[in-house]
Amino acid sequence: MSTVPDSQLSTPAPSKFRLAFQEFLDGSGGTVLYFVVIVLCLIGAWEGAKWLGQETDYRLELGPVKISLNMTRDLNMPHLKDIAEALSKPSQRQGPPLIEILVEKVSYTLRLAVIGFTIGTIIGLALAILFAHSRLLERGLMPYVVASQTVPILALAPMVIIWSENLFGSREIGMPMITAYLAFFPVTIYTLRGLSDVPPTALELMKSYAATRREILWKLRFPNAVPYIFTALKITAPASVVGTIIAELPTGIQDGLGGAIINFAQYYVSGPSRLWATNFVTAMAGILFFVTVAVTEWLVVRWKRPSNHLDRWIDTFLRNLRRVVPLLRD
Amino acid sequence: MTAVQDTKTIISIKNLNKEYVSSDGKVVRALQNINLDIHEGEFISLIGPSGCGKSTLLRLIADLIPPTNGQLTINGHSAHEARENREYGFIFQSATLYDWRTVLKNVQLPLEVMRYSRKERDKRAHEMLKLVELSDFADHYPWQLSGGMQQRVSIARALAFEPNLLLMDEPFGALDEMTRERLNNELLEIWGKIPSMTVIFVTHNISEAVYLSSRVVVMSPRPGRISQIVDIDLPRPRGPETLDSDQYFHLISQVRHLLREVHD
Ligand SMILES: Nc1ncnc2c1ncn2[C@@H]1O[C@H](COP(=O)(O)OP(=O)(O)OP(=O)(O)O)[C@@H](O)[C@H]1O
Ligand SMILES: [Mg+2]
Repeated sequence: MSTVPDSQLSTPAPSKFRLAFQEFLDGSGGTVLYFVVIVLCLIGAWEGAKWLGQETDYRLELGPVKISLNMTRDLNMPHLKDIAEALSKPSQRQGPPLIEILVEKVSYTLRLAVIGFTIGTIIGLALAILFAHSRLLERGLMPYVVASQTVPILALAPMVIIWSENLFGSREIGMPMITAYLAFFPVTIYTLRGLSDVPPTALELMKSYAATRREILWKLRFPNAVPYIFTALKITAPASVVGTIIAELPTGIQDGLGGAIINFAQYYVSGPSRLWATNFVTAMAGILFFVTVAVTEWLVVRWKRPSNHLDRWIDTFLRNLRRVVPLLRD
Repeated sequence: MTAVQDTKTIISIKNLNKEYVSSDGKVVRALQNINLDIHEGEFISLIGPSGCGKSTLLRLIADLIPPTNGQLTINGHSAHEARENREYGFIFQSATLYDWRTVLKNVQLPLEVMRYSRKERDKRAHEMLKLVELSDFADHYPWQLSGGMQQRVSIARALAFEPNLLLMDEPFGALDEMTRERLNNELLEIWGKIPSMTVIFVTHNISEAVYLSSRVVVMSPRPGRISQIVDIDLPRPRGPETLDSDQYFHLISQVRHLLREVHD
C-alpha cells in the first residue's frame, strides 16, 4: 500500500466548471437560483396538494388518521393558473383587467399605510426618547402604552373613523391614525432598548469628556439605537398594510384593498380566484414595503459588518447592480 | 534623579478609601488608605494582582466614580472640576470606539463635544492619525481594523484635545507581545515629545511597567493598598538596548519579588 497524504485524499482539485459554478452561486446568481427553486417548490406543494385531494377523493387515510382534503377543491383552492388568469381578466363586464384595478387599490392603501407608518414611527421615537430621558414618565406612562396594544384594533377602528368624521369631516383622516396606533408600539419598545443598551465604557467615555445629556443622547444613545429602530420598522412596515386594510373596513371606502377584499369575499363561492389574486397582490405590497425598509437600513447602517443573510443579499445585489449599470450605459 | 521632587505636583491623593456597596448590602473594600503624589511629567505604572483596585483608583482620579472618603486633588482642584475642565484623557482596556463612526470621526468625537471648529477638528484628527500611523485608515469603520489598530485609534482620540494627563487602564492587555512592544515605543515617543505630559498606566505586565515608567506602584489586594513604590531610574530615551541592560533585569526581578510577597 502506498501512502497518500490526507489532504490529497479529501480534497481533489476542484474542476474549472465547479469553481465557476461556485462563483455564480456566491454572487446574485445564487440568490436568483434559490428564489426560483423555492417558488417552484411552493407551486409544486400547492398543485401537489390539489392533485392528492382529487386523486384520493378528498379523503386521505394514514392509518388511524383521517384527513379530509375537501379544502383542496377548486372552489377553495383554485389552480394557480386560474388565479393568474383572473388577474388578466376583467372582474366586471366591460371593465379593465383585475390587475389594473388592484394596482390602483394597492397604491391607495399603500399610500395611507406609508402615512400611518410615518406618523407611528415619529410618535414611537418621541415616546422612546421621552421615556429614556425620564424614568418617572416611563414608569407612569408605560403601562398605558402597553394597555393600548391590548385593545383589539378591530373594535377601535369604527370609533376612530366616526370621531374622524365628526372632527375633520373626513373618514379618510382617521385611517392613518389607526395604522399609526398599531405601528408606534414596536418602535417605542425597540428604540427604548437601543437607547439604554449602551456599553458602560462608551458611556464613561462621554462622561470623561464632560458631555451633556443632550450630547450623550445624539452622539451615543441614538446612533446606538438605529439598528434596533430598523428592526422595529421591519416589523411595522408589513403590519401597516394590514392595519390600513382593517381601518378601511368600517369606512365603507371602496378605493383600497379593504373594499376589494370585502367585495370579492362575497363572491368567493362563485369565483374564489379573484380573492386569491387580491391576497397575492396584498402580500406583494407588504413585501415591497418591507424590502424598502430593508434597503434603507442597508443604506443608513453602512457602518455595521454585514451580519445577516438579508444584509449580505442586498450587499451582493447592489454590488452586482453597480457592476452591470455601466455595461448597460455603453 | 532628583528632578522629580522639583517639579509640581499634578495629583495628590491622601487617605483615599473606596467601598463598593452592592444592591444586596454587601460591602467590598476596594481601596484602603491610599496616599500618593504624582508629579508633572511622570510616567507612573500601577501594577498588582487582579482585583486589587487598580481600575478603581484610575476611575476615582477620572471622577467616573465617587470616593467613599479621603482627599484627591488634581492640578490643585477636585477631580470633578478636573473632569469638567477636560484635563485628562482616558484610555480603556477595550478600545471603545463608536461603531457608527469612521476612524477619523472617532478621533474627532472629543473635539465635537468640546466645540472645536470644523477646521480645527479636521486638522487635529489628521495629525493624530498620522502620529499613530493610521492615516490610510481614516475612512474605515472600527470593525475593519485589528485589535491593535483599534487601540491606536483610541490613543489618537485621547490625545486629540491635548490633555496633559493620560489615564490608561490596561490599554495593551489584549495584544500580542510584538504589537505591545511597538505600541510601548510609540507611547514613549509621544510622551517624550511633551515634557509636561503625565501618564498613569495600569498593567499586569511587569516588564512593560518597568520599561515604560519612572515609578512603578505595586499594589496588594483585599483591601487594595499601595504596598511599595519602585523608582525606575533607567536612562532615557529607552529602546532596544534598555531591554538588554542588567539594570532592567534587576528591576524586573525586584518588582516580581514584591508582587510575589503581595500575592501571599
Ligand atoms: N462596580 C462595582 N461594584 C462592586 N464591586 C466592584 C465594582 N467594581 C469593582 N469592584 C470590586 O472592587 C475590587 C477592585 O476592582 P478593580 O476593578 O479596581 O480591580 P483591578 O485591580 O482593576 O482588577 P483587574 O486587574 O482584574 O482589572 C474587586 O474586588 C471588585 O470585585
Ligand atoms: Mg482593572
